[in-house]
Amino acid sequence: MREIITKIDEITGNIATLKAAGVGLGELALLQSPGRETLGQVISLNGENVTVQVFGGTKGISTNDKVRFLGHPMMVKYGNALLGRIFNGSGVPIDGGPEPVEEEIPIGGPSFNPANRVIPKQMIRTNIPMIDVFNSLVVSQKLPIFSIPGEPYNQLLARVGMQAEADIIVLGGMGLKFDDYTFFKRTFEESGVMNRVIMFIHQASDPVVECLLVPDMALAVAERFAESGKRVLVLLTDMTNFSDSLKEISISMEQIPSNRGYPGDLYSQLAARYEKAVDIEGSGDITILAVTTMPGDDVTHPIPDNTGYITEGQFYLRHGVIDPFGSLSRLKQNVVSKATRRDHNDVMNTMIRLYSDCRESRNKIAMGFKVSKWDETLLAYGQDFERELMDLNVNMPIEVALDRCWAILAQHFEPVQTGLKDELVKEFWPAQ
Amino acid sequence: MGMGRVVAAYGNMVTVAFEGSVRQNEVAYILAADGSRLKSEVIRVRGERCNVQVFEDTRDIQVGDQVDFTGNLLVVELGPGLLTQIYDGLQNPLPKLSQATGLFLKRGIYIDPLDREAKWDFTPTAKVGAWIEAGDILGWVPEGKFQHQIFVPFDFIGRAEIVKMAEKGFYTVADTVAEVKGEDGKLHNLTMMQVWPIKIPLKLYQERLLPDQPLVTGCRVIDSFFPVAKGGTACIPGPFGSGKTVLQQQISRYAEVDVIIVAACGERAGEVVETLREFPHLEDPYTGGTLMDRTIIICNTSSMPVAAREASIYTAVTLGEYYRQMGLNVLILADSTSRWAQALREMSGRLEEIPGEEAFPAYLQSRIAEFYERAGFVRLKDGRNGSVSVIGTVSPAGGNFEEPVTQGTLAVVGAFLGLTWARSNARRFPAIDPLISWSKYPEQMKESLVKVDPNWVEIIREAQKFVHQGSEIKKRMDVVGEEGTSIGDFLIYLKAEFLDSVYLQQNAFDAVDAYNTMERQAYSFHMVEKILKKDIAAKNKDDARDIFFRLTALFKNWNASAWQGEEFKRFESQINDFLRG
Repeated sequence: MREIITKIDEITGNIATLKAAGVGLGELALLQSPGRETLGQVISLNGENVTVQVFGGTKGISTNDKVRFLGHPMMVKYGNALLGRIFNGSGVPIDGGPEPVEEEIPIGGPSFNPANRVIPKQMIRTNIPMIDVFNSLVVSQKLPIFSIPGEPYNQLLARVGMQAEADIIVLGGMGLKFDDYTFFKRTFEESGVMNRVIMFIHQASDPVVECLLVPDMALAVAERFAESGKRVLVLLTDMTNFSDSLKEISISMEQIPSNRGYPGDLYSQLAARYEKAVDIEGSGDITILAVTTMPGDDVTHPIPDNTGYITEGQFYLRHGVIDPFGSLSRLKQNVVSKATRRDHNDVMNTMIRLYSDCRESRNKIAMGFKVSKWDETLLAYGQDFERELMDLNVNMPIEVALDRCWAILAQHFEPVQTGLKDELVKEFWPAQ
Repeated sequence: MGMGRVVAAYGNMVTVAFEGSVRQNEVAYILAADGSRLKSEVIRVRGERCNVQVFEDTRDIQVGDQVDFTGNLLVVELGPGLLTQIYDGLQNPLPKLSQATGLFLKRGIYIDPLDREAKWDFTPTAKVGAWIEAGDILGWVPEGKFQHQIFVPFDFIGRAEIVKMAEKGFYTVADTVAEVKGEDGKLHNLTMMQVWPIKIPLKLYQERLLPDQPLVTGCRVIDSFFPVAKGGTACIPGPFGSGKTVLQQQISRYAEVDVIIVAACGERAGEVVETLREFPHLEDPYTGGTLMDRTIIICNTSSMPVAAREASIYTAVTLGEYYRQMGLNVLILADSTSRWAQALREMSGRLEEIPGEEAFPAYLQSRIAEFYERAGFVRLKDGRNGSVSVIGTVSPAGGNFEEPVTQGTLAVVGAFLGLTWARSNARRFPAIDPLISWSKYPEQMKESLVKVDPNWVEIIREAQKFVHQGSEIKKRMDVVGEEGTSIGDFLIYLKAEFLDSVYLQQNAFDAVDAYNTMERQAYSFHMVEKILKKDIAAKNKDDARDIFFRLTALFKNWNASAWQGEEFKRFESQINDFLRG
């Protein structure tokens, strides 16, 4: 049993400083006030002074509270008993169930050896045509959904969670409103996938430090499941809250901010999480889909900007639909027409090119220019495209979606107008 | 050697109270509670305390932990067997690390960068009785297609006489290949392996020359419009999604150099994977071997420890300087120098230094300059030439080129290849914007470019003016509409667009178009030039547009046909028909 310290020297923000010996960086501390217990983590050492980041916040902490160092870093439970369960940012169950009896594993583990990585070649079906057909999600990909508050990004995330081909879904909620938390819970329960979902939820009213732990816990658990051969999909929402928590902590640690108050290591911090996405040769994999709400709809804001340099593409969710133009899946070339039907690549490009022409025609109309016959064709095509494919409620396997693409093309165009290869037209163009 | 104890720790910076003396940038090992030895580097000394940056996860470090100082600076091992390797920023071979530690990296595990078991076929060239000094050649071993020269260690002090040479035969890098006796009578055993500190430039050459030979990358917009010289430097800044990675990969595949060193510094691991999985299967366009045979990958990706990221760039350039010493042309691709600068910023913040712009340290600019200045075209002591060229990418925050890293880099490089969202969104790849990019090398390389065409520099300058003119007309046209534009201006605009789409743009995914030799570039540029100069007889704007639409399609097909093949000739004659018509 380690010594119990009963004197805290300094309390600022979420940070407490006290004197102790034999304490290691990253070690956990238990702070006990009368009637309340919270964990903290050692973030700096200076002589005999130990600085502890208090997960539960320092509100009400007294200078004579008891502090005990636990001799190990932050751990999270791992095992099948976690399936269907909901935990808070300290790893404590919040679904009313008992503490699961499972092995404990450390969080924030080392990086995957790049020499062991393989080029991913499998697609993850989501049954959302704007993803499957136009920007396919690939195993081990890390993709953010760039959006703004008010857009249905959590609905999109929940739908991907329900429908994606994955053995296990780990949801990390950061700064989640109570309504959103309930929404995820209800959606997963009602759709019957809850038995393969694990949720780590930091609610907007929870202490800010716990927000930082959520992705690490979610990813540590995901990593172990992936090592045991499972296909894991990690959903994170919202990484902007995570970054803002980083900012809050670093400012209270008196770190020099770099850009708009964010710490200089924002890139490394985000990368350390996103880079956990991996396809383990001969075993399981981790795919990460994360929400980043862009402050002020500004993609050059440090959070989306740093994210964009880390992730393998992005989905733009605007006006309730996934925008086919800004959105990009960098890995789709690995699977399109390789893991999917052979017409996929050409259909995808043709549909987007024509839809882009349609937008130009719309601009023409907006500017008051004359509308040609061709413009009218494009306009009608665009409407069908939006209604039958872009709408987020559309739900179908990729094969059906590709067939629908052909049907829409055939309804509005002659084969030659589409520029599609003859051999594809022969095989796929719907008969009259 | 010196000893010390940890007195403070924060992030990857540890303060150590030491006894005796320490050197700035000396390597020290911290003995963590779990028994692992964590490599670190002294970065500041103050009185009896020094700050070290730790190249590993600092979890569990405690006040009072023992610290061993080695007395040596951070070094890399040099010798045969570097090519085809995949190293981390501290030159640990990653594939071997994976055999030792499994799927994940484990801290405190260091493996010899050069294989101690492998035997190399050594041919001695130095003779017993000869006097040698640092950098002299003792013999060579075959490595890939090269004769890998074995040098007297670059840090060998004074002159010495060879008293015994190994016979031709197979030796490991640790075997003695020469015994020498110094002027003081001391005997030294020399092996095929030596070490060199990464932060000190290797300057054992006769003189530095002005880079005047083009480094052909196969990318038209670079080689023709904004060329890079062998021994020169260039930077590629661009926002995310503007195609930096694809461009880098293109260059690493097709650049006409002997050795390529890819330094993946703080970027996605997934990108390195493509290089390291595909290069062993891709043919080197110059030698017929695989691309991997001429490549070294330094891989310190974004989730690996940040201090080692800082070192990785220096590791890469030191290996480059080593191969330059053999009279080879080396290209270093550093992706991305912004991540390296961020590593400097993180450490500077922990040292509580007074920050400069965007919290980067005040010495950022001089560090960038020091790094790029290690490139160079040199004449070696035996009269041969060698070069190290550096192409670094920059990832400016928000795509804004005004930020300190881009500006600091622009001040020291010879060519600026700026990627913009405007071009990448319009699917104009490579997204090198001809309106903002520049190169200082054409004038310098004038004499070698004469071989391409007697007036190459001038005709390219004319073409660049054309691009600017076209863009001016486009801007005007956006305001007054096509109706308000004269047919003459409209034709200039169409010609500029034509030049852009058939020459400046290049399809990286087309087997033929992806790479153009200088010969082909000159050939097809002359054809473009003829079209730019031709009086186009167009009835009206729609007609003009239609003419260029067809011409562009024709030219693109020509670009995609194999050099001087049947298809190539067919399309060429069609273009000539147009020119006559």
